Amino acid sequence: MPDLTPNIGAHVSIEKSSLQQVLDVLKTMGYSLVGPTLGEGAIVYDDIDGIDDLPRGWTDRQDAATYQLQKRGDDSYFGYVVGPQSWKKYLYPPSYRLGTVERKNGSYSSTPNDEEAPRYALIGVRACELKAITIQDNVFLGGDYQAPCYKSRRQSAFVLAVNCTEPGGTCFCTSMDAGPQVGPGFDLALTELDDVFVVEIGSDIARHVMSEIPWQPSGAFELQAARRAIASAETRMGRQLDTSDLPDLLYNNLDHPRWDDVAQRCLSCTNCTLVCPTCFCSDVLEISDLTGQKVDRVRVWDSCFSLEFSHVHGGNIRPATRSRYRQWLTHKFASWIDQFGSSGCVGCGRCITWCPVGIDVTEEVAAIRMEGPQQ
Amino acid sequence: MNVPNTLTATPMTNGNPMQDYPAVVTEITEDAVAVATYMLAFQDVDVGQQFNFSAGQFNMILLPGIGEVPISISSDPGTPQSLGHTIRYAGNVTSAIARLQTGDIVGLRGPYGSHWPMDKAIGQDICIVTGGIGLAPLRPAIYEIINKRDDYGQVILLYGARTSADMLYTDEFDTWQNHDIQVHTTIDRAEEGWSGHVGVVPMLFYHLRLDPANTLVLTCGPEIMMRFVIYEALARRIPRENIYVSMERNMKCGVGFCGHCQIGPKFMCKEGPVLSFAQFEPFFGVEDF
Repeated sequence: MPDLTPNIGAHVSIEKSSLQQVLDVLKTMGYSLVGPTLGEGAIVYDDIDGIDDLPRGWTDRQDAATYQLQKRGDDSYFGYVVGPQSWKKYLYPPSYRLGTVERKNGSYSSTPNDEEAPRYALIGVRACELKAITIQDNVFLGGDYQAPCYKSRRQSAFVLAVNCTEPGGTCFCTSMDAGPQVGPGFDLALTELDDVFVVEIGSDIARHVMSEIPWQPSGAFELQAARRAIASAETRMGRQLDTSDLPDLLYNNLDHPRWDDVAQRCLSCTNCTLVCPTCFCSDVLEISDLTGQKVDRVRVWDSCFSLEFSHVHGGNIRPATRSRYRQWLTHKFASWIDQFGSSGCVGCGRCITWCPVGIDVTEEVAAIRMEGPQQ
Repeated sequence: MNVPNTLTATPMTNGNPMQDYPAVVTEITEDAVAVATYMLAFQDVDVGQQFNFSAGQFNMILLPGIGEVPISISSDPGTPQSLGHTIRYAGNVTSAIARLQTGDIVGLRGPYGSHWPMDKAIGQDICIVTGGIGLAPLRPAIYEIINKRDDYGQVILLYGARTSADMLYTDEFDTWQNHDIQVHTTIDRAEEGWSGHVGVVPMLFYHLRLDPANTLVLTCGPEIMMRFVIYEALARRIPRENIYVSMERNMKCGVGFCGHCQIGPKFMCKEGPVLSFAQFEPFFGVEDF
């Protein structure tokens, strides 16, 4: 074992079984490990203990409204695409108690939730997902205000990313400049080869982790194989989306007949917003005890596809599915750019896979582009 | 003259931009049918002293266990120790507010959002055009004009309501007129005892002589009303960037996290509710947007 710690930016190779040691070191450092595992007929993110919990040898075949687990016929740990869940379930939990209000003696006290945030090690973060995390960083940390819940979870998280070598039928990360190679922001980035992981070091904490692991500097052959695997993934995207002229293309077509067309198919079920790794809308529930003296204020994920979302006194701003779908698509691909400086889409394809009727955002944008403004 | 809005008051965050503080209802005034103004003062004197707001901004009022509503501040920005909130009883939370009495406690946080361009309006004429409860977020602007009357030129208020009983703050109109603010009122349908104008608010423009290059239009009311106010203002060659609207949307968090109040690229809780028509033209009046 070399006694040197690898530098940031260095590529090293480890035996595949050594990934267990990486996870063990992270556990010793106090991280809770969360990562991909088989569950509910899909690859889901859950607590994991070690590499035996990873979906070794499994992959997921995806297309519009289609998701199916399949055996790969090899022993890849990360040979799948992405499951329905994204890391926002850890960094921005679906349900989070903001605080508690208690009435006493004619007044009340309002106590913010000061529970210590869990320190997650996110195992197996794809390029598109890391990009999605940086997009949510912009939403919750990039402006005048910072969301305390997100901030503490995000800042203490360890990101073990994995370059994608297995894009799926609904993937278009290359179109959104989000993959398949992981961008900045990871601690460690793996590329899985047949016999080794090539590991790129991204942070000081990661250097510390790797100092405990037997590693070798990656050889030229390994580096080339890793590059080739990623380059091959780039050519095998199931979908693509032409982003030229966005946001204007959508802004100039707010009355396009395609919105009526898609509204005939869309169920307004909110699936796309729940599986989307960047969708951040939320609501606050007031949950009181039986006496009404103590009220938990709980932030929950919300969706622009629900009718109440746009409620103002006297009615809803977006009463029809047409206007709600238009809100979602124009936000994702147009107004997000004005608001946060980047698109809200990373091309992970989840909204296409998990739409029960197979509505495909790439097809909807293309249709508006092809048909042009209708007079 | 194109002075940026520089006076935006920001919420008291204390590390948490959504932290609410207990506030006492000190006074309730019935303004109109199902509309009343609640004067609120923070229980904690230190909190109260930190609080400042600019005309046009809003607060979030929390009734624990029931919910939270965004309400424009309708009182004088010069006296932020006592904060007026003019509320129409419409939904769950506002109906619960209707049951409050003086001395009751609510949660209060703010102020959020953008404000009327009172700094840009210095040296200019101001035409305030509003309907119904839309006068509430503009009353702080009127107070600010009165506080610094010499800073502004001709000031005109065009105010319409469905009936005379729906008009807010009518007992203050004389005071406003004594401070050289012209008040023109109209109601939708004629009624006994009414000797003023009858018809929709934008028609009041027909009685005015404006100096278009030096007039700012500030408008708040139903979107359909504001749309015609904008037409009338544009027809009088008032530039787009001098026409300001206040938009109503479902503000829930006030800080751009919850996503509810978006109109196209703008979050109404941050860049709004007050926007110039120039900032907002492509998205104004798009159906169900």
